[in-house]
Amino acid sequence: MSGAMVEVRWHGRGGQGAVTAAKILAQAAYLSGWESVTAAPSFGAERRGAPVTASTRMAHEKIRVLSQVTAPDVVVVLDDSLLSAVDVAAGLKQGGVVILNTVEPTLALKVPEGARVVRADVTGAAQAAGVVVGGQPIVNTAILGAFAAATGLVMLPAVEQAIAATFSESAAARNVEAARLAYECVQE
Amino acid sequence: MTVRILTGNESAAWGARLARVQVVAAYPITPQSPVVETISAWVQAGELPAEFIAVESEHSAMSVCIGASTAGARTFTATSSNGLAYMTEQIWWAAGARLPIVMCVANRSLAAPWNVLNDQQDSMSVRDAGWIQLHCRDNQEILDTVVQAYRIAERLNLPVMVCYDGFLLSHTAMPVEVPTPEAVDAFLPPRPAPLQVIDPADPRNIGPVVIADRRRDAGGVLRGGYMELRAAHHEALLSALDVVAETADEWERSTGRSTGGLVVQHRLDDAEVVLVAAGSLVTQLTLVADGLRDRGVAVGVLGIRCYRPFPVEALRERLSGVRAALVFDKALSYGYAGPIAADLRAALYGVDGAPAVYGAVCGLGGREVTPEALTDAALSALADARAGVRERAVAWVGRLSEEVSR
Repeated sequence: MSGAMVEVRWHGRGGQGAVTAAKILAQAAYLSGWESVTAAPSFGAERRGAPVTASTRMAHEKIRVLSQVTAPDVVVVLDDSLLSAVDVAAGLKQGGVVILNTVEPTLALKVPEGARVVRADVTGAAQAAGVVVGGQPIVNTAILGAFAAATGLVMLPAVEQAIAATFSESAAARNVEAARLAYECVQE
Repeated sequence: MTVRILTGNESAAWGARLARVQVVAAYPITPQSPVVETISAWVQAGELPAEFIAVESEHSAMSVCIGASTAGARTFTATSSNGLAYMTEQIWWAAGARLPIVMCVANRSLAAPWNVLNDQQDSMSVRDAGWIQLHCRDNQEILDTVVQAYRIAERLNLPVMVCYDGFLLSHTAMPVEVPTPEAVDAFLPPRPAPLQVIDPADPRNIGPVVIADRRRDAGGVLRGGYMELRAAHHEALLSALDVVAETADEWERSTGRSTGGLVVQHRLDDAEVVLVAAGSLVTQLTLVADGLRDRGVAVGVLGIRCYRPFPVEALRERLSGVRAALVFDKALSYGYAGPIAADLRAALYGVDGAPAVYGAVCGLGGREVTPEALTDAALSALADARAGVRERAVAWVGRLSEEVSR
């Protein structure tokens, strides 16, 4: 990662928990030694199922930028159906990373030169850990494990601690397990 | 003390919780709603021993606060935008009745047209109602300022509005030091007994009609009329200048954290141009000033924490010898100027060596305020200042000018 501040942009659909994930990542980053962190939704009204974004920033000096992230170091995509609707890699920095929840190894994604695409079956990890609500696997916590594995910016134990602080005991255990499974299944 | 990753709204709720508020009445509105949702959940879980009263409108929310505060309770509410506009009648009443209510305002634009995003037109529209108005630069200051607000309010019997930018702070999470309840208790004692005690054994008429003439009070003592009450209110607000500054100093001694008292400053030494604003814009402007200083341009930042009462002396002193003050307002008195710019111009009128005051309007209805646009505005102010320009029309920062039809 280049520069003093790391900027992460989240892409999900309304209801998938991108905003919660952005906040848990900020907590995990703080626990991993980033003294200054911020997490924010895209500002305004959101609809269930519609494409949404959120952001996380991490730095060692006080973050004084409050505008939306337009040139991310890391892009996290919760749902690969977004690729046909949104230019998720827009503004991605050179040397940046896209973390994509998919089971499709050949899914095409155009990224700048030097940028990486990391794939992980995060839905599978969530399902295997029993993080399922109303029959739907919820991927927003599991993908934090993939984030730790793909970037090294946050430590897996910090992710686990941040997840545990967000949920009640039994839900926390399942969500932590999902993150661990996703940590193991990232592929370049 | 614990560090938590909190949104601005959660920070506001923590401030109210640590202040041991006793009555909270509120009606939801974006972007404030999570403040009272958080408090409501705490009350329901038994973590906060307060009465949470869900009401049918913001007008009723402030009415309940007025009743509860009159009875001696420490009361809290929060609102935004049209919610604030709807409670305006009671905002004036709370002030005139000299009740130490604290209200958070997550600043949002006013309709029409509907827009849920940030600017500061809502709180600016009630700046003349007789409340103290404090602005916060980040989430830590929201928590710290809510606690301080009760000390200020209860010392002066004046309501305090704690303003912070909607979404930019209300929905952005960042690390916040949450003090222990013991530390806050040591700083903020329980509310003193109210001026007028509600007691069935000693019935009184509170809030009577006061006409222009002098009148006898409930004890038969001859008192002033309406105008004398208003004069006393004005004098109380002026005396708040000292109280706000002292309270911030005491908070710093007690927690080690500086929130600023009346104003906050950044790199004012030898500044040719000083950028002036209130709220989270002050945080963003320090980045702009640092960037310009790196390029050899002497720019500083002066943040207004206390907007009412207006800190005239502090501003005159900090701006002495500066070529120009460029004020960024997220509000506009339509047909005239940005409110902070107009106030600052009046405060500096006739003062020897005072800077030219230029006004710029930005961020209305959530329009993104970028460091680049702020930097350009600062450089154009510097060029005008060096050319000796004293009067300038209101500048628009971030306004689209091409390919836009109205």
